[in-house]
Amino acid sequence: MIDFTLTENDNKVLDAVREESLIARNYARHYDEHEEEFPPDSLPEAKGRPGFYSMLGGRDLEDTGMNVLGMLITAAQTWGDYSVRLRRSAGGLGNSALRAAGTQAQQQKWGHLTLAMAITEPGCGSDPSRVKTTATKDGDHYVLDGEKIFVTTGCRADGVVAWATVDAEAGRAGIKSFLVEKGTPGFVVVRKEKKLGIRADDTAAYLFDNCRVPRENLLGGDESIAKDGSGGFRGVMKTFNMTRPAVAAIGLGISQAALDFTRDQLQQAGIEIRYGVGAASQSALAQKFLELEAMQEAAMLTVMRAAWLADKQASNNLESSICKAKGGSTVRKVTQGCIEILGPLGVSREHLLEKWFRDVRITDIYEGTGQIQNLIIARAILGYSRHELR
Amino acid sequence: MISFEPTEEQELVRSTAHDLAAEALRPLARDADEESTIPADFLRSTWELGLVSSQIPEAFGGGGSSRSPTTGALLLEELAAGDAALALAALAPSVFAMALVDQGTPKQQQRYLPQLCGREFHAAALALVEPQPAFDPHALRTTAEARGNAWVLKGTKTFVPFGGEASHFLVVASDDDGKPAAFIVPREAHGVSVAGPEPTLGLRALPFARLELASVEVPQDDRLGGPNGFDYARLLNCSRVALAATLVGLSRAVMEYTIPYAKERVAFGEAIAQKQAIAFMLSDMAIETDAMRWMVWKAASELEAGRDATRSAHLARSYVAEQAMKIADNGIQVLGGHGFIREHPVELWYRHARTLGVLEGTATV
Repeated sequence: MIDFTLTENDNKVLDAVREESLIARNYARHYDEHEEEFPPDSLPEAKGRPGFYSMLGGRDLEDTGMNVLGMLITAAQTWGDYSVRLRRSAGGLGNSALRAAGTQAQQQKWGHLTLAMAITEPGCGSDPSRVKTTATKDGDHYVLDGEKIFVTTGCRADGVVAWATVDAEAGRAGIKSFLVEKGTPGFVVVRKEKKLGIRADDTAAYLFDNCRVPRENLLGGDESIAKDGSGGFRGVMKTFNMTRPAVAAIGLGISQAALDFTRDQLQQAGIEIRYGVGAASQSALAQKFLELEAMQEAAMLTVMRAAWLADKQASNNLESSICKAKGGSTVRKVTQGCIEILGPLGVSREHLLEKWFRDVRITDIYEGTGQIQNLIIARAILGYSRHELR
Repeated sequence: MISFEPTEEQELVRSTAHDLAAEALRPLARDADEESTIPADFLRSTWELGLVSSQIPEAFGGGGSSRSPTTGALLLEELAAGDAALALAALAPSVFAMALVDQGTPKQQQRYLPQLCGREFHAAALALVEPQPAFDPHALRTTAEARGNAWVLKGTKTFVPFGGEASHFLVVASDDDGKPAAFIVPREAHGVSVAGPEPTLGLRALPFARLELASVEVPQDDRLGGPNGFDYARLLNCSRVALAATLVGLSRAVMEYTIPYAKERVAFGEAIAQKQAIAFMLSDMAIETDAMRWMVWKAASELEAGRDATRSAHLARSYVAEQAMKIADNGIQVLGGHGFIREHPVELWYRHARTLGVLEGTATV
């Protein structure tokens, strides 16, 4: 049955997440203005409080599926703040890659570590086949050389899954992922990046300089190079399938915060948002607000759709890109629009709106830019290969 | 529980309507528009399918299916993908019918519903829209004045679908306290005059009439919902969700027509669909058609649960109207000069989109 109602169990979880989020929000400004600091693993307020995870038990068949609920939880967390959490969850993007592509032995060996994922380089982003970092075989070792940037959780991670090419001639097929632990000679954390927003977030730049790792550190263990293009590469790309909706949800949690703040401010100024009435009976500001609110709702529904398909074990590749593209463009418009509505107050650093405007801008860039998502969508609906539509 | 899963029965409605749209609506759309007429055969054959009577209780001669706005939304999307004007025509009397099913007193239902369950197409219409600029259904100029045991209606209504043929009108007016009230008015009532058809930009095939109410006396019994009146928001919400569902179908039609065209049309050595400037217009259509549909579904599901759907219906309606316009606009752009020529249906959808985006009360879920 088509239904968009949250059950009592759903609401219990989400209310608890929002409560935690508001606590975390109290620290948001501090870590935004002290970029060199890292938010703690748990805030003082976490002491003696049960986490919302304890409410995830005892769910019924009538409750919302875990992927959909997961997206709502994610949005409710970033509604408080992008980076600060009452308790930080362990693990990073590299852990997902390890789970998806690692051998049994590799998962056992490194599963307990927090692993970052290093793909992007100064000269390559959306097109990872241009990866310049090399992995040269030398006996029982690979020697890594190259630079990696924009590594999420890069400073605090215990290790990283890094993409490198074992054969530059082979293009995409030559790219393999390697697990490199911190402390390996030749693996240098160069800096924490300085950013427009999400400043509290741990974004690192790495250097691999004659960095030797054992052959067993090749993720998945397959050293062969597929002749017909993209074999092993695809395996890695697959790990992105549930992260695109998650990234959209992260952004939409922030833009929801911006909308809620704007609505409150308008209300305090005596401007009421009315539903169901004609444009002629509404102030221009309220009208603008409603446009933004509709956009936000539309985008969030596309996220839920992609996650719902995953709950049904159905393919969601197209829908993941749809919600990522929709979410990425929406959060920009919503936060920009909220500032437009509130005027000078919107840019004051006394409030968080200007921060949300900066934080959210990354949504349409990482995990595949809006344009990359549009390419993926266009190929899917047109039935084109990546050679036919480039 | 959040779920995007139509029931099996709804999937059946969907696929039946999908075929009907392709076989019975799309082929007639161009001529119906050019001739500003809904073919009588079309009305007859779709009426026989029971699209209007299916949700009327069996006691009044209907199909007795439970009232389902989500099914209504699915049906409208599919039919409108064939043609919006023909889709609205086939379902036109249901606006009147569903208002009575939802909100009529037992006596009103007994009296007015059976005529909509007969063998022949029977028109009855909601008279809501008024001719003033930027019409707002919450600022009605038509008045209903209490006079003894009756009401006196004064005002002008426009865009009344099948107004020329309708046996009854459901007239929404502002009562003595400025509150909305609805009245069932027979066509032959003293003071009622019908003029038309009113020519329109889009939906040309659908006949719209203008209704003049010159001190029309209506007995107390014919006030919708009885002395306590009716839920105006529900009536409007059902209509807004329906018009939005129609626009989703229209948008899908644009997308499904422009994709093969863009793959076939060659310029500078490759299909224009292979150029990002065109491909991204098409991917935007795919993104928005999806987003629009979920907004419609959400609002429809709230109506189905009997909850206040005003917020969802408002957001769905305004969002969908804007996006559908953009999609139809880009549809023309992808076809270039051909988009402007009446041999292709895209210019028709462009006119439909603008028209549907500003109407109220022309359809229901």
